[in-house]
Amino acid sequence: MEKNTQRPEDDAPSSEGIPAPEGAANLIDTDYVIGQDNITASPMGIDVDLHGKVFIFSSIVILLFVILTLALQDQMEPIFNSMFSFLTTNLGWFFLLGANVFVLLAIVLIFTPMGKVRIGGADAKPDFGYLGWFSMLFAAGMGIGLMFYGVSEPLTHYGTAMGGISAGEDGIRTDWAPLGAAAGDQAGAIDLSMAATIFHWGFHPWGAYAIVGLSLAIFAFNKGLPLTMRSIFYPILGERIWGWPGHVIDILAVFATLFGLTTSLGIGATQAAGGLNYLFGIPDGDTTLVLLILGITIVALGSIMLGVDKGVQRLSQLNMVLAALLLLFVIAVGPTLMIATGVADNLIGYVTHLPALSMPFGREDANFSQGWTAFYWAWWIAWSPFVGMFIARVSRGRTVREFLISVLLVPSMASVVWMTAFGTTAIEQVVNEGITEVQDAALELQLFTMLEYLPLSAITSFVGIVLVIVFFITSSDSGSLVIDSITAGGKVDAPKPQRIFWALIEGALAIALLLGGGLEALQTAALTTGLPFTLVLLVGCYGIVKGLMSEPRTK
Amino acid sequence: MFKHIMVPIDLAHIDVLEPSLDVVADMAKHYDAKITYVGVTSNTPNSVARTPNEYEQKLDAFAQKRHSVHGQPVTAKAYGSTDPVANLDDILIKAIDELGADLIIMATHLPKKLDAVMPAHGGKVASHTDASVFLVRPH
Repeated sequence: MEKNTQRPEDDAPSSEGIPAPEGAANLIDTDYVIGQDNITASPMGIDVDLHGKVFIFSSIVILLFVILTLALQDQMEPIFNSMFSFLTTNLGWFFLLGANVFVLLAIVLIFTPMGKVRIGGADAKPDFGYLGWFSMLFAAGMGIGLMFYGVSEPLTHYGTAMGGISAGEDGIRTDWAPLGAAAGDQAGAIDLSMAATIFHWGFHPWGAYAIVGLSLAIFAFNKGLPLTMRSIFYPILGERIWGWPGHVIDILAVFATLFGLTTSLGIGATQAAGGLNYLFGIPDGDTTLVLLILGITIVALGSIMLGVDKGVQRLSQLNMVLAALLLLFVIAVGPTLMIATGVADNLIGYVTHLPALSMPFGREDANFSQGWTAFYWAWWIAWSPFVGMFIARVSRGRTVREFLISVLLVPSMASVVWMTAFGTTAIEQVVNEGITEVQDAALELQLFTMLEYLPLSAITSFVGIVLVIVFFITSSDSGSLVIDSITAGGKVDAPKPQRIFWALIEGALAIALLLGGGLEALQTAALTTGLPFTLVLLVGCYGIVKGLMSEPRTK
Repeated sequence: MFKHIMVPIDLAHIDVLEPSLDVVADMAKHYDAKITYVGVTSNTPNSVARTPNEYEQKLDAFAQKRHSVHGQPVTAKAYGSTDPVANLDDILIKAIDELGADLIIMATHLPKKLDAVMPAHGGKVASHTDASVFLVRPH
């Protein structure tokens, strides 16, 4: 049930009912008061304001998970491994299909009149300027992945594509090449490897983020529901979202966010430690890893205390500037002409191969489509509550069209340019200069090895390490804000110590699992949460269309 | 001596503010000053209001209620923020300048160890403004 709260002609606040946010919007009529299920207390002078069930349940399960994973590592690992391979092997098609739906819906919405709806009401003004807003979208969305996979993924696909198709005795393909591979065809292999990489970093991840972000933004800013995952389900579950069905959705979102973040912290620390070892000979043992995670957590704490505007936004801008500098440097000193023509070629290659790469059924390249694509999709979708909720929070005042273009097209294009620059440079080093070290290096070191064969490598590698670290800080601080908001029943104004608690938990979890060797289990857990979330998102697609249709449009 | 008193208000915790509200009424009457009640709210829905406009409406109603108690002229001003918990001090300092207030009266808690890491809002505001700041402790 919804009531129209369009403001009267004279623009004065209406005296009856709840006034619209800013300008016309369509609030959902509910008696639920945000925070009504919260527990407030002040133990040892520290104020807390938490959603009792969501906070307690998710904290206990996370604690149990860590204890079990560390204590029963040998027993747990096979369980996680078989669970993950079951998911990608048997349900890979579901991830691929779901991701296609998100992208298509996001593109369709750009062109429909619903694109004119403004987040926060018809007269809402944006909270952030374009640069700050866009930096935060990008830093939250992928950041670290570009550092880790920018060189390693194109190179890997290039290698498998060149290797051609190989099949076992049962006729099932044993190679990991995308589609039909490109045995011995150098140009074809480059084309295919770049298309496959861009496919994984282009429209599909951002489509999932866009749908979650937009749904959350519309249901919070225009419909007046709390900024938490359960709100998207109002069109389907109605008032039941305030009960256990809603609690379960929010608890799942906490798991996905925390597991995803902690895993990334682990991977990021590994890459940064690897880089420091490669560059300065600092031993990359456990001590370095722990110190790195401690350092990242401390800076993230400072950023959280400063808040979204002064902390997260500024760090994200710093990230953008450093990433842009590194990108421009690689373009300038790398094979500039190849990169320039490569952007257009790779874009064409991406579009050409897109239908085949995104096909959920009847795939011959099972290793690639399940091991790479379905893995990535589960990963992106598990990340989507975190990225979606964060970008929703900073996107008030944008129109739906502006939001979708900025979240879908701009970052995808940035990924195309980034992957082309780093991928082409690395492939060129291997193919034309015969530098095989890049290909032979460990995944986390391929970026640094590639940079070593370019000028000024001491400086650029250092910038690379700094970027990895700063990307992690921005993930850690925005992630803590998101988890805090979900566990506080959608409140963004809960007491500060709660944010600090979550940032510390993330750091502690990452250290415990890295030392205990449970990081892979955690990664599987993060990916496993991708499955229920694909369902959540598909339902969210219905919710967002329903929600947008009832919104007044800007002129 | 004082012409314009600014009073930061948290509509979610009115009970905590009671002692300071009495001080505000007495001071305003003594100096015949006008009062502006300032509220900082999240742009997202919160426990007090589901939209920033609703918050403004409630703050206005609160100001009028106080007016009926002390009879001094009142206005209300609400500020929306993406992250009100982190931005509160900055917004209050900005509000003092915008309003031209010469006295700020606000409730504060008793000193505690945590203040070293997270300073109390009153102290922070006082160290960043030329206006006088009156911090009222709980009874």
